[in-house]
Amino acid sequence: MSDKFTLAGTEFGSRLIIGTGKYRSYDEMKTAHTATGAEMVTVAVNRVPLDGSSESFLDHLDPKMKILPNTAGCYDAEHAIRTARLAREALETDWIKLEVIGDPVTLLPDNEQTLDAAKTLVKEGFIVLPYFSDDLIMAKKLLDAGCPAVMPLAAPIGSGMGVQNPSNLRIMREQLPDAVIIVDAGVGVPSDAAIAMELGADAILMNTAIAEAADASAMGLAMNLAVRAGRLAYLSGRMPKRLYASASSPIEGAIT
Amino acid sequence: MLSIFLNGETREVAADLDLAALVDSLSLPAKRIAVELNGIVIRRADWAGTPISEGDRIEVVHFVGGG
Repeated sequence: MSDKFTLAGTEFGSRLIIGTGKYRSYDEMKTAHTATGAEMVTVAVNRVPLDGSSESFLDHLDPKMKILPNTAGCYDAEHAIRTARLAREALETDWIKLEVIGDPVTLLPDNEQTLDAAKTLVKEGFIVLPYFSDDLIMAKKLLDAGCPAVMPLAAPIGSGMGVQNPSNLRIMREQLPDAVIIVDAGVGVPSDAAIAMELGADAILMNTAIAEAADASAMGLAMNLAVRAGRLAYLSGRMPKRLYASASSPIEGAIT
Repeated sequence: MLSIFLNGETREVAADLDLAALVDSLSLPAKRIAVELNGIVIRRADWAGTPISEGDRIEVVHFVGGG
């Protein structure tokens, strides 16, 4: 079964996108990344230290992976736009994961500012992958603004709570059949990722679920398998749910 | 000497510095960093010859782990 994941004209062999934050060591990060089979990885833009202690973080990433800079830490469209422009200049990529956060405790997105920033960045030729709360109306607006995909959260960043509103995701999938939907944030365990894929997500983006696992490499492999399993399940057409039983073994012919 | 804001900190720098010299002084890896001067990204090719003025706000960024 040929089931390629195409995003903004680029084909990926993996539907799992991962982050680089919160790992205990570079070695652990590299091993975990390899286990995930992911082909794209997010990084954050940050001020260089002024004391000469700067080292090149990017040198610790598998060079075959596509680097996707994010606008984490931005609380309004203006900062996100400036951060995106800096990232593009430094990495020579038009791709940007757009994050505009509304609140430091929940890290929930400011959808309004996200849309503002998306419109500007799309006009400047960026390939904008917006992180937002799982709202169908906002998804439509972001897609209309020219984003090649939308990235609804499963739950707050780093919360590990899994998909909090599966119905919303299902509705989004059904109402936007041609959109690329990437569930981003809040995944905790592989079953969370599988559920999101079974609901019809095209891909999953996660960071903490792997980085904060006791064995990041094993969890990376588990996530790899879960995303594949969930995708296969979605394509396989699940059995219907029933309120009552439907016997699997013959009713007739049992001994009495 | 001039007073500028560099990565959010007040700094005193020599009056005849250009952006290239300032970045040089920070001992950074050569690639994959970017510089913004008063809200505008300045391309690497333009660092030399871009003067620094009193009160300038400069951001020099690189990449770190993130989600």
